[in-house]
Amino acid sequence: MLTTRRVDAYHALTVVAPGIAERYRPGHFVSVAVGGAYTSMVTRRAFFIHDVKADYGGTVELVFTTGGPGTAWLAERRARDTLDLVGPLGRPFPLPRDPANCVLVGSDYGSAVLFPLADALLARGCRVDFVIGGAEAERVFGAMRARRMAETTTLTTEDGSLGLRGTVTDALPSVIADTRADAVYACAPMATLRAVTAVAMEFDIPVQVAVEESMACGIGVCMTCVLPVIGEDGATRMVRACAEGPVFRGERVRFEDVGTIPFDALGAPGGGARHVS
Amino acid sequence: MSVDMRTFLAHVELANPITTAAGCASSGRELAQFFDLHRLGALTTRSITMAPRAGRPTPRMAETPSGMLNSVGLQGPGIDAFLERELPWLAQRGIRTIVSIGGGTVAEYSELARRLADAPGVTALEINLSCPNMEDRGRVFAREGSAAAEVIASVRSIMRYDVPVVAKLAPDVADIVSVARACVDAGADALSMINNPLGMAIDTEALRPSLAAVTGGLSGPAVLPLAVRCVWQVHAALPGVPLIGMGGVMSGKDAFQFVLAGACVVGVGTALFHDPYACLRIERELEDLLRARGLQRLADAVGLAHRPPGSAPRHLMVDSEESIP
Repeated sequence: MLTTRRVDAYHALTVVAPGIAERYRPGHFVSVAVGGAYTSMVTRRAFFIHDVKADYGGTVELVFTTGGPGTAWLAERRARDTLDLVGPLGRPFPLPRDPANCVLVGSDYGSAVLFPLADALLARGCRVDFVIGGAEAERVFGAMRARRMAETTTLTTEDGSLGLRGTVTDALPSVIADTRADAVYACAPMATLRAVTAVAMEFDIPVQVAVEESMACGIGVCMTCVLPVIGEDGATRMVRACAEGPVFRGERVRFEDVGTIPFDALGAPGGGARHVS
Repeated sequence: MSVDMRTFLAHVELANPITTAAGCASSGRELAQFFDLHRLGALTTRSITMAPRAGRPTPRMAETPSGMLNSVGLQGPGIDAFLERELPWLAQRGIRTIVSIGGGTVAEYSELARRLADAPGVTALEINLSCPNMEDRGRVFAREGSAAAEVIASVRSIMRYDVPVVAKLAPDVADIVSVARACVDAGADALSMINNPLGMAIDTEALRPSLAAVTGGLSGPAVLPLAVRCVWQVHAALPGVPLIGMGGVMSGKDAFQFVLAGACVVGVGTALFHDPYACLRIERELEDLLRARGLQRLADAVGLAHRPPGSAPRHLMVDSEESIP
């Protein structure tokens, strides 16, 4: 581990991890073992990668907020501590083949994952516009960096302490219209992603969402991070956010059914003959 | 000196005693990106059901002190997709595979056994008896010897004679030895224990159960002593029956406890969520421990803790006596 710092309401950790940095694509995440060698915390914590740099053979930066004993332990790590990281995990954001106008939407620390994505989009000649929000000014992550990178940056806070008063979804329609956006990329809590997807569908443009589901392993074996997603064939399946995701096409995710097993999902209870007679 | 780690699950020889626990290695492909699956003694699949299953709603997982609760609900592709995609993938690579099956009726278990009887690549069949019995008000088969025995007898009669049938027992019973004995009498070639005991956690902020399914299976180091006790009791009562011990194995030392209690194969489950390389590490640590205790063969350590107090351990290496002052 290299450095640890506070960024507004969040913690940022930079870790020397050449193997992860080398194979990283925007949208990948890593899982971190917390609590040390004899910990009572048996599940790993998953974090999106905020930044990858070539220094020291390759570093990755994670941004998180302290919500429980695991992240609190992580926030107490100091330079030269070692950290158990597995990654890069998941499927990254797909990038447009040709230059396109892209709106990147993030709320809370979800916006962290959008910066390496913006770099990749800019490298392909895309136009990038940011919509970043949070409950209050302290929880809007990366406003300065967004301003430096993007054509325009729209900030929103629910209490009006920074930028527009409201949520990112309130500001999104006018940004899409003004920039003649071709695509939307989003990372935020599930409810916000649902609203962002609805806006993008109204404008009939593709939307890629990166979801955060609670997971134990991050590598696809524990089957706890599932959500209902419509597949190529039109059938809904309970897919793993860690292995099939974390990036999905927004219109494919059945946001209103997250946390349930939709009756028409493949293998849902009562969905056809379950037992031989 | 290298320790002979070979072990026998009934008549089937495994190169080493470490296997993945059912439901903790998904289809196998997920772990294959981390290490060569041939280095496992065997890979145990998730419990395969007749029809595809979507499983339980989320949240399905809650972390608890030294453990976790899960209520996945046997999410899986169903037997057709398993035979079409998952088993051939494992079989083509020659990976030792213990196939776990789960059903709601005796007929469903029997049908699964029939479908698997001719499938290449089944090293052993593990019967997940912790499934609700649809014909007995949804009470699990494993809770009673006669219900468990009915399933085992039916599956044993259908499965090829050279594929061992392993009964997986639950610890949530008054007398695990009687259930174990009933399964062996019904034809089980080996027993594996323990399945997850049921647990529950309540979210004190939402004032609701943490899991959508309310209760879930408890796993991780929290259940290790419970599992070691079960293996100990069953081995004491049925010393000739091969046992797969599992429940909270995080290190070679934990695996060694199971071996000393009487298990000849050790399953690794929740540790895989924490460390994808756990199986290889545990195997190495177990080998080191055996060597350090002067044991040349894993087989010599199986059930060793049952010997009467004061009696000398057998099979110790001669040179280990030099270290005794």
